[in-house]
Amino acid sequence: MAERSFAKEVEKLRLGAGQEFAGEGILAITKALLQCGVGYVGGYQGAPISHLMDVLADAQDILGELGVHFEASASEATATAMLAASVHYPIRGAATFKSTVGTNVASDALANLASGGVTGGALIIVGEDYGEGSSIMQERSHAFAMKSQVWLLDPRPNLPSIVKAVEDGFELSEASNTPVMLQVRIRCCHVHGHFIAKDNKRPPMSVADALSAPRRDTGRIVLPPASFLHEKEKVTKRWPAAVDFIKSRKINEVFGPDNGSIGIVMQGGMYNSVVRALQRLGLADTYGDTDVALYVLNAVYPLVDDEFLSFCEGKQAVLVVEEGQPNYIEQAFAAMLHKAERGTKLVGKEHLPMAGEYTGQVMLDGIGSFLRAYAPHLLPGEVRAPNKLGEGVDTADLINVVPGRPPGFCIGCPERPIFAATKLVEQELGKHHIASDIGCHLFSIMPPFELGATTMGYGLGPASASAFNSPEAKRRSISFVGDGGFWHNGLTSSIGNAVFNKNDGVIVIVDNFYSAATGGQDILSSRASNRTKSTKHPITEAMKGMGVKWLRHIDRTYDVGQMRDTLREALTTEEKGPKVIVASSECMLNRQRRERPLVDKAVKGGERVVKPKFGVDEDVCTGDHACMRLSGCPSLSVKSLDDPLRDDPVASIDQNCVGCGNCGEVADAAVLCPSFYRADVVHNPSRWDRFLESARRAVIGRLQRRRESRRLMFADA
Amino acid sequence: MLEQASPLRPKPGASDDERVIKLAVLAVGGQGGGVLADWITDVAERSGYIAQSTSVAGVAQRTGATIYYIEMARDTGRLPVFALSPSQGDVDILIAAELMEAGRAIIRGFVTPERTTLIASSHRIAAVSEKIEPGDGRASSEKVHATAEVAAKRFIAFDMEKIAAEHGTMISASLLGALAGSDALPFPRENYEQAIGAGGRGVKASLAAFGAAYDRARGIAVATAGDNASGKPAAPDTSSTAKVSGPETLLKGWQELATRIAALPKPVRDMAERGLKKVVDYQDIAYGGEYLDRLDKAIALDSAERGHALSVASAKHLANAMCYDDMIRVADLKTRSTRDRRVRKEVGVREGLVLQVTEYFHPRIEEFCGTLPVAIGSYIESRPKLAAFLDRRINRGRHIRTDSFTGFAMLWFIGGLRRWRGRLLRHKVEVEHLERWYGLALAHARENYALGLEILNCRRLIKGYSDTHARAQSKFDRVLSALALLEGREDAADWIRRLREAALKDEKGDMLDGALKTVATLNDAAR
Ligand code: SF4
Ligand code: SF4
Repeated sequence: MAERSFAKEVEKLRLGAGQEFAGEGILAITKALLQCGVGYVGGYQGAPISHLMDVLADAQDILGELGVHFEASASEATATAMLAASVHYPIRGAATFKSTVGTNVASDALANLASGGVTGGALIIVGEDYGEGSSIMQERSHAFAMKSQVWLLDPRPNLPSIVKAVEDGFELSEASNTPVMLQVRIRCCHVHGHFIAKDNKRPPMSVADALSAPRRDTGRIVLPPASFLHEKEKVTKRWPAAVDFIKSRKINEVFGPDNGSIGIVMQGGMYNSVVRALQRLGLADTYGDTDVALYVLNAVYPLVDDEFLSFCEGKQAVLVVEEGQPNYIEQAFAAMLHKAERGTKLVGKEHLPMAGEYTGQVMLDGIGSFLRAYAPHLLPGEVRAPNKLGEGVDTADLINVVPGRPPGFCIGCPERPIFAATKLVEQELGKHHIASDIGCHLFSIMPPFELGATTMGYGLGPASASAFNSPEAKRRSISFVGDGGFWHNGLTSSIGNAVFNKNDGVIVIVDNFYSAATGGQDILSSRASNRTKSTKHPITEAMKGMGVKWLRHIDRTYDVGQMRDTLREALTTEEKGPKVIVASSECMLNRQRRERPLVDKAVKGGERVVKPKFGVDEDVCTGDHACMRLSGCPSLSVKSLDDPLRDDPVASIDQNCVGCGNCGEVADAAVLCPSFYRADVVHNPSRWDRFLESARRAVIGRLQRRRESRRLMFADA
Repeated sequence: MLEQASPLRPKPGASDDERVIKLAVLAVGGQGGGVLADWITDVAERSGYIAQSTSVAGVAQRTGATIYYIEMARDTGRLPVFALSPSQGDVDILIAAELMEAGRAIIRGFVTPERTTLIASSHRIAAVSEKIEPGDGRASSEKVHATAEVAAKRFIAFDMEKIAAEHGTMISASLLGALAGSDALPFPRENYEQAIGAGGRGVKASLAAFGAAYDRARGIAVATAGDNASGKPAAPDTSSTAKVSGPETLLKGWQELATRIAALPKPVRDMAERGLKKVVDYQDIAYGGEYLDRLDKAIALDSAERGHALSVASAKHLANAMCYDDMIRVADLKTRSTRDRRVRKEVGVREGLVLQVTEYFHPRIEEFCGTLPVAIGSYIESRPKLAAFLDRRINRGRHIRTDSFTGFAMLWFIGGLRRWRGRLLRHKVEVEHLERWYGLALAHARENYALGLEILNCRRLIKGYSDTHARAQSKFDRVLSALALLEGREDAADWIRRLREAALKDEKGDMLDGALKTVATLNDAAR
């Protein structure tokens, strides 16, 4: 079950023609898919696409009613390979994932799909994780579209536009027998807005229909000689068909005056930011009515030569707004102008930065500079000769004050103790080469742990340590991989590889029962029952099947001592071959979400419930903060004591502590201090509890009174 | 510096009515920023506005800094073009769910004096980097407050987290209350309350926190914009009239000590009384006498012109040094009735609930020997094999239930060893250490008052238990090792202070070692 439930929102997927839909971008895309009569959908979670997968998972009933098949694919490659169903059959299919990481994984399948081409519309919805808030390398999906010759849509970021792009995408795919990628940026996925719905459509042909009447066409299979023909077909048939479709259906849009001396061309996704810059420069109003001609590419690949050239007609200069690099679009347009021997000056990255997100300020500066150079007459006086604002506020000092706040492990996260143990082992045995992977466990690279040297891709942690396998080595490498990455790809690429090549390193599989970092989706080894998926396949069994001999399973990661001892053993044992430790405890975020309502209900219902929480004795704590250097839990923080005798703040645990145990275990394993205590509060205590308590308190109270009556008591002590 | 950035010339025909209002929320992941954004969008839509909200979900939200952004404009029947992220110099209202996030917003240029209303909760959530310093690594709230005053058009700050907690809800409710109370948006209060009501869950608590924050924001908004009524803890209570109770004989002894305090120079009295209480509470009246005897030595050297700084520092650090953290002290503190009450309060144990408390101890041979009489303790310590043999039996984690008979009785017994403390090995070691340090400080103070004072202050370095304590000791020794190098230098005191501050920056003392190298070269250069 995913972190966020869309059970309520999915009801919006039932809206019929003429009704207004209000909600997030990602939900709108889902609705659009159903309106298009999609026959099957697959995908792999990962921001900003996770919610699309979660919505679909929560919408199983509606999908079932419509005869739509939905799959939570094992990887992006699987999802893309699934689109093979649209090769011979006129069924519309969609795959969705995070890009470019997902597109990287998918590209084998994508290239094959693109070569043979499709009959039914095949749409790949990629969540472009670029710019602020992104968690991956900064690259463009555009390159994938170009190399495999699949078409790329980049609609204006508002709900009606993206819904229309889904519809256009399917039709474009069918008209040109080519898969189409639809790119949506992070914020667009989470934008809240409205559009007018249409009725959902049952797929004209379902996957069940296809199975009962199988088809094949050797000409669509990627093998010589067909593969050579495919390449030719791409440029002679499919490309022209796509260009025709884009032109005739006016996929790209033109706004503003048609007789100006300058113009701006942009990717559709950049439209709102461009308009905002123009608004701030006094050249557009709230609704986007503007004094500058705009050519908006809702389809960024392929480009339409004559459409662009006619936009440039009579223009002295045109600015291309293209986020990211290389600047493929700008280069292509420059070539078009050059070949057509046009005098229009084309500029782009001269005014806008080559790399990095086009934020509001970047856009304002870039477009401002373009206009000052080529159309100063349009600008109000203040902008033409910008008056630097006075001194403004001096923030130089503040920069040194405000601490960075990178993301980190949640309160009570079961992965924290794994890294506390690793740090303790390193204190004993020295520093090791540590290879990290993708997932929450990657937070280990941040303070306070600062563990991990590289991250090479999902499920590739151990693979990325495979070079470190030398008979002369005195120390072993340690690599981490999460359960999500393990099932995605790690089982073969990392574990299989290590077994086969007799890698001597230590591999820690962080098993938190979910694909936690992407929002808590179920995976093969999830412990919960899932109505539509098969779960509960232990990782340890898979390990044995792969031929791992040295295997340890820790079923409570919070046992820091055991975790440390097991790591030590793995690092020092004589045994050869990979040493695999499976460290399992449930992701706390998901566990709380699952358990809290049950616990509250049980307490209300009068059941005996024990709720744990940790605390610190402030007079025992000396304020050295050693515990925090092994934790980083948001609940464990510092507080000042109201006592002039004490200089440094002491440790303190807030109300949000879930009593995971890490604090006590670390204090014990690292021999830190006796300041921590665990307080278990028994709700609805049994008779026996109460009897024991009153007996104990009587005795303890007597001992306390005895001692306290013989010493001085200070009222404020 | 930013270029002139706000809308310069409204498009002809664009009336104020069609203006886009831009609001950004900066929060820490887990604070419920999404709920707040949804509420605000809802309020806007209820009030005849078109609104668009965006955020960046995903892993970035796990406990890290996150942004939510909302734009809204009066519904005129046409769809406005909204931006998807905030721009520098172009934000009307900025809500910071934590004080440093307000600072971050200012740094990022989202707060401008001409237009931005900055609404910030003044409470702090310490970042990891602030918590892991061995000293006090916390960022300066004053600095953020001071900058916010000039950076924002209006600055509304109070502890909204506290208001939320008092009403048993999340900070999103009190932030919304502050927003409504600020009147920065042209929406009536009922619309906010309806939006909360439509949410369905925990409505009553949310409404209560909303109302409290609403009133508070109004109060501040009506008063001066510069009122920052919170953020800092209340000034410590310096009155020394706290009550003392106990058996007659002990009270008499205390009275005598109290008379000695009253005879001290005025500036020293408060700290000395606090120190005395700590020491007597730790051991007994006689120990308190020892404390005052020691203190007298500093006072004899001191003078009023210097504000008795040396004596005040002695009063503070002597008390800390004399109350070293041994097993007896820990056991004593953990078995007091006051402690039981404090835990119950902190954990929130109501009537009818049963509390079970587990303590985490991990004794080693060092602590064990420290709790033995001097002769036996040193005998064992001088025989490594025997010590190692015993350590194998002692050295392991012990989870002790102080709500049970046996667990409590064990600690109670250890706490009772207090009476014998003076004869135990640890005491001998501690006293020697103390005398060395205190003697050194006073000796230097005669020649160089400031240096003596700094040596006293180095006591702050000593803290922690077991390994942490050993590391602290080593840092303390390393700092004082510089004394030889600094011999006769005018700025010796200043250097010791710098070394001490460096020692508090990181765990192992890397900064300190760097600073020590500088001190060494400093002397070479002079030669
Ligand atoms: S026990 Fe410690 S680490 Fe665990 S949730 Fe509580 S404060 Fe955080
Ligand atoms: S989501 Fe789960 S696994 Fe990830 S940091 Fe939070 S508690 Fe840990």
